[in-house]
Amino acid sequence: MNDAEIKDLEAALERIWEIARGFGLDPYPTRFEIVPATVMYEIGSYALPGRYSHWTFGKAYHRMKTMYDYGLSKIYEVVINTNPSYGFLMETNSPLQNKLVMAHVLGHTDFFKNNIYFSRTNRRMVDSVSTHAARMTEYEFKYGRKTVERFLDAVLSIEEHIDPNFLVRRESRNPLPKLSPREGRYDDLLSANERPGASVTTDDEAAFPSSSTDRLPEKDLLFYIMRHSPALTDWQRDCVAMIHEEMEYFVPQMATKTMNEGWASFHHARIMRELDLPDKDFLEFSELHSGVVSPQKGSLNPYFIGYKIFEDIERRWDNPTLEEQRKFGRQPGGGRAKIFEVRELESDVSFLRNYLTEELCEELDLYVMELVDDEEWTVTEKRWEQVRDQLVANMTNFGFPYIVVADGDYNRNRELYLRHEYEGSELDGAYARKVIEHVHTLWGRTVHLETIVDEERKVLSFDGRTHEEQTSVTFDG
Amino acid sequence: MSIQRNDWSLQRKGIIDQERHKERVREAIKKNLGSIVSNEAIILSDGKRSVKVPMRALDEYKFRFDHTKRKHVAQGNGKTKVGDVVAREGGQPGQGQGKGAGPAGHEGGGEYYEAEINIDELAALIFEDLKLPFLEEKAKQAIPSTTTRFNEIRRTGVMANLDKRRMILENIKRNARENRGTEKPRFGDVKKEDLRFKTWQEDVKLESNAVVLAVMDVSGSMSEFKKYIARSFYFWMVRFLRAKYDNVAIRFISHHTEAREVSEEQFFTQGESGGTVVSSAYELALAMIKADYNPRDWNIYPFHFSDGDNYYSDNEEAVRLADELIQTCNLFGYGEIGEEGTSAYRRSSGALLSIFSDRLKNKDRFIGVRIDEKEDVYPALKKFFGNTQGVMSDK
Repeated sequence: MNDAEIKDLEAALERIWEIARGFGLDPYPTRFEIVPATVMYEIGSYALPGRYSHWTFGKAYHRMKTMYDYGLSKIYEVVINTNPSYGFLMETNSPLQNKLVMAHVLGHTDFFKNNIYFSRTNRRMVDSVSTHAARMTEYEFKYGRKTVERFLDAVLSIEEHIDPNFLVRRESRNPLPKLSPREGRYDDLLSANERPGASVTTDDEAAFPSSSTDRLPEKDLLFYIMRHSPALTDWQRDCVAMIHEEMEYFVPQMATKTMNEGWASFHHARIMRELDLPDKDFLEFSELHSGVVSPQKGSLNPYFIGYKIFEDIERRWDNPTLEEQRKFGRQPGGGRAKIFEVRELESDVSFLRNYLTEELCEELDLYVMELVDDEEWTVTEKRWEQVRDQLVANMTNFGFPYIVVADGDYNRNRELYLRHEYEGSELDGAYARKVIEHVHTLWGRTVHLETIVDEERKVLSFDGRTHEEQTSVTFDG
Repeated sequence: MSIQRNDWSLQRKGIIDQERHKERVREAIKKNLGSIVSNEAIILSDGKRSVKVPMRALDEYKFRFDHTKRKHVAQGNGKTKVGDVVAREGGQPGQGQGKGAGPAGHEGGGEYYEAEINIDELAALIFEDLKLPFLEEKAKQAIPSTTTRFNEIRRTGVMANLDKRRMILENIKRNARENRGTEKPRFGDVKKEDLRFKTWQEDVKLESNAVVLAVMDVSGSMSEFKKYIARSFYFWMVRFLRAKYDNVAIRFISHHTEAREVSEEQFFTQGESGGTVVSSAYELALAMIKADYNPRDWNIYPFHFSDGDNYYSDNEEAVRLADELIQTCNLFGYGEIGEEGTSAYRRSSGALLSIFSDRLKNKDRFIGVRIDEKEDVYPALKKFFGNTQGVMSDK
């Protein structure tokens, strides 16, 4: 990319920013960086630049790079939710592609700034992750690279199982405990546990009414293990805390993916149309745009679904039917105000539950499919409400099974009892067994997992050597 | 609001972690040699240099739903009806694809990781500790192993071995000499005296000679599975021998009621039927030894794979000939292949392995193994070639 092209992009960015502001977008200041493809894939596979090292990132990087080298896929945009935000432009993209990416990224950074689920997001996360990376490197140096790697394998197996409202919980503890100033973010929570047998009477414990941090069942597996595991050493607790903090940052993104992509696509389309592109460029844009927001037969493209729903909301609030006007007092022309309200208040689950309509389900030809006779994926449901509810159910907990700690002193033997809150979908048993092996590494004592196997309540257990499976006597944790 | 371009050339975190991943792949391969050794993709690789093998050990385990038992929502082309079949299992349905920035590793559904394995590297890994056992220095060094080393430069030689770089240097030097520094050094006007040739030396290393007699039962009772097992064993054996010792002769004998010598290709591909008379093969092996491989000069290793289902009346003769083989050979290996899935409990007393272990007179140079599953191939290889006793020559 030569200087003239960069100049041209800069001019375009100024235009795009103006148009975006004109539409009412309110993004963070956004810095764009032109990078070679390899860097793009690197940031894409780590999700944030400067994170700690782990082979799973290397695997993702390798896969992305291979796909790129074979021309099978292309990352268009990588954006970092910080203040100021960062957007990455690929060196080899055409000028028009990069303009589209810039418009799209501003949609994201507006969303990051204004959606309620990001209101507690650490906007200096890039700094935090590089401190984490430095600490992990230090631990690798001290305790051996393999030791740290194996331990991270175990932590990462349950990294998604944190409480999305964790930050709310922390803040609701009132008054905040006044402890001697320490460095780590969780040191205050850990200190209670550092003294084995510490009773409720210690100062620290008094500052933590058990209702706020020690309630059961506990959805936040990482937090519970970090706080109560009989096996973890200090550096290990610190690693769990670091991963927990990084997941607090990522969870809102996982919970709003459809909306966020829909919002960005909705706005890049609007902005690009305002740019007065010459015919040739407009054609290229139209092709690109329809590539991004295209239906995927036999699957779901979040860009497309989100995009369609935002368009539909705007249309319905701009031109309410007489009935809607009468019943809900909806005034014509309220489309823009409505979509901005939606982008502020909803997450994917509520977004789909509230705004996926019968007409849209029909237009998009959404359906529910199930595997019949172990070989054929068959359409089993077309009624729109059932389809919508299934979609919402599948997105709940961002598509992960809902697992809670039911007891941390099971059998009065400090065994860990996890329970899968069954909502109609069974676990992958082989994977579940592997994960409880990992959890055993973290807990150091027998780990149980209550779940449903072939419609029967079962408890899978791992004691460090062997796996067991028993039919459950219902446990009321 | 700004656009920047920085120097990212020192950015190599992805590459470093990719190295860590590769290391994990290698570890996983090492740990799973047992199942990889008999993997179809490799045994039937047919000369390919690398193959893809599924590696469960590299999965990133998470609590996840069994996607086959789950209801999925997807989008159709506009006319989908209840009852339509939209995909076959294997063509995995998933929700959305991985685009944009999100934590890595959330796209996986029922996928598993396939590692690309280079067969030569894998062979090196498997053969790390294997050797030909009971190798002895024999009287005659029939096959000297030679290595060629280019280590000298001469003014005369074959044009094909012209050392162009040296020739150019000599030419420039000569030009400079002749101009006495009046001109810039230049290349041109090549004369015969500029030419330089690489010449080589042959290092002759005298090694013991070894011959392997690979014997396989191709009778009717040898099912596909059994043949596959024998085949995968020999696949590695041949590779092992050719990689570690460059002067090993290998002869192939297949037998049912009669034995005959076959080519390597026939040995691995042909299927035949009929009964089993093991002694016929041993007889042929002994005849070969007598004709071509005098035990005074050769290390001899017969290996025999069979399902052990010999004609009852032939057992006596088979044992006698096996004993005779053992006396003339360094090691006699016998592998008995069971039915797929039936494990050790089905060791019929009529099978050859138990007869051999009961009745052979010279058991110290006999190794018999039982293979019931694919995973047993690797231990069998180790058992045959892992014995380092009495090894005298070791490259």
